[in-house]
Amino acid sequence: MKVVVDLNRCQGYAQCLYAAPHHFALHGREALVYDPSPDEAARAEIERAVHACPVRAITAYPDDTAAGEVA
Amino acid sequence: MTAQPERIVVIGASLAGLAAAQRLRERGFSGALTLVGDEPHPPYDRPPLSKQVLRGLYSADTTLPRPPGLRAEFRLGRPATRLDLSERTVALGDGSCLPYDRLLIATGTRARPWPDPEEAVLDGVFTLRGRDDAQRLGACLQAKPRRVVLVGGGFIGFEVASTCRDLDIPVTLLVRDAVPLAAALGARLGGLIGEVARERGVDLRLESEIERMEAENGRLVAVTLKDGERIETDCLVAAIGTLRNVEWLAGSGVQADAKGLRCDAFCRVLREDGRVAEGVFAAGDVARWPNPHDDDALVAVEHWGNARAQAETAAVNMLAGDASAMRRHDHLPDFWSQQFGLTIKLVGLADGADSFAVMHGALEERRLVAAFGKDGRTIAAASIDSARWLPAYKAAIRERAPFPLIADAVDQPRLLVQEP
Repeated sequence: MKVVVDLNRCQGYAQCLYAAPHHFALHGREALVYDPSPDEAARAEIERAVHACPVRAITAYPDDTAAGEVA
Repeated sequence: MTAQPERIVVIGASLAGLAAAQRLRERGFSGALTLVGDEPHPPYDRPPLSKQVLRGLYSADTTLPRPPGLRAEFRLGRPATRLDLSERTVALGDGSCLPYDRLLIATGTRARPWPDPEEAVLDGVFTLRGRDDAQRLGACLQAKPRRVVLVGGGFIGFEVASTCRDLDIPVTLLVRDAVPLAAALGARLGGLIGEVARERGVDLRLESEIERMEAENGRLVAVTLKDGERIETDCLVAAIGTLRNVEWLAGSGVQADAKGLRCDAFCRVLREDGRVAEGVFAAGDVARWPNPHDDDALVAVEHWGNARAQAETAAVNMLAGDASAMRRHDHLPDFWSQQFGLTIKLVGLADGADSFAVMHGALEERRLVAAFGKDGRTIAAASIDSARWLPAYKAAIRERAPFPLIADAVDQPRLLVQEP
């Protein structure tokens, strides 16, 4: 998958850490670091994180090198 | 420009380029959409490159997520070389030529190269802008250099210094000014970050510059500072700002120079004679636009949030037909930086502020929200590890509310207004 977090929006509520603990972490009080390219197997967890974010800062789409390209 | 476009070309396969493409599809554009990029990579995210990617956390692949319905054609690894406004075409480096009904120019910036070309090519001398840069520098850091010397007192320099300390690599940070980060954050907050950096073991040198580099067999071995001191190092990162990618527009008739590509409030690119270049828009780091939050002073904002917001506004306006239906780009500049475990955020632009007040928390706690004033008006607010309070200030900045917003309140009996 591919993941991006809008860190202007992120306010460190840390819900993504609970939803997907292997792919999101806090360094210090509110510096979010995350896996931008998690394995497809983590899809359910990542989608839980997307939904759990109270400020809607996380965007994720399935990993597909041809995603969005003209055939 | 009333006819609905059939072919839209985006120059810059970047955060801005991708954001525009997504918004065009969301708005119902069903024609041909082409994204051109000079790098071989599909659009990727840059902020992690100076932080977790260098540190080797998680994946180094920061390719931005693309929705399956984007239906865009990517032409990667070839730069745009020429714009022809009368023919409405863009020539690419591979000799091909793309016709457009609407064009978005989002060519961004590149790292300012080290000024001495012989020193710039030494092994062990780096700049950091793209994914390939991060991969090269990351490999160097993972091999544990003896000492990293960072040149430049901006956010990239501090973020890389923080990463080096996380990796337990000795680091010297050379800042030309007397206070780091002062243009962005003011001297008080800039000074605070400098203090934190020193506590975390960064050898921070203010008002310090390099006189020359020393090499053996083409490899950097030491630098000599202007004050004569010699520092042994096998890794130097020049984080000395950016240059706008406008050279390819020379002779096209649009207003473009080192300050950026001039556009109007609707992201429409202007010609040298001041008229609108029909069908041509700009967004992101390369664009220079009238900022409604600063009396329409022209500004180029090199931040993630602006790249996305401006691209989305440009996309909407590309489909608007005529100017009466267009939306003004009125994004309030914002950014974040993560370093030494702290999260620093800013909304508005603090450059030019004449007053400063801590609204919550305290400098000594390193946890605070501060507001910036200019001529009695609120122009910006910054937070350190207090991001939840920051959005509350956006409305006041948009309104340019009186500064300070409140004084002698029961919870802030000693609000102190100082110089920034």
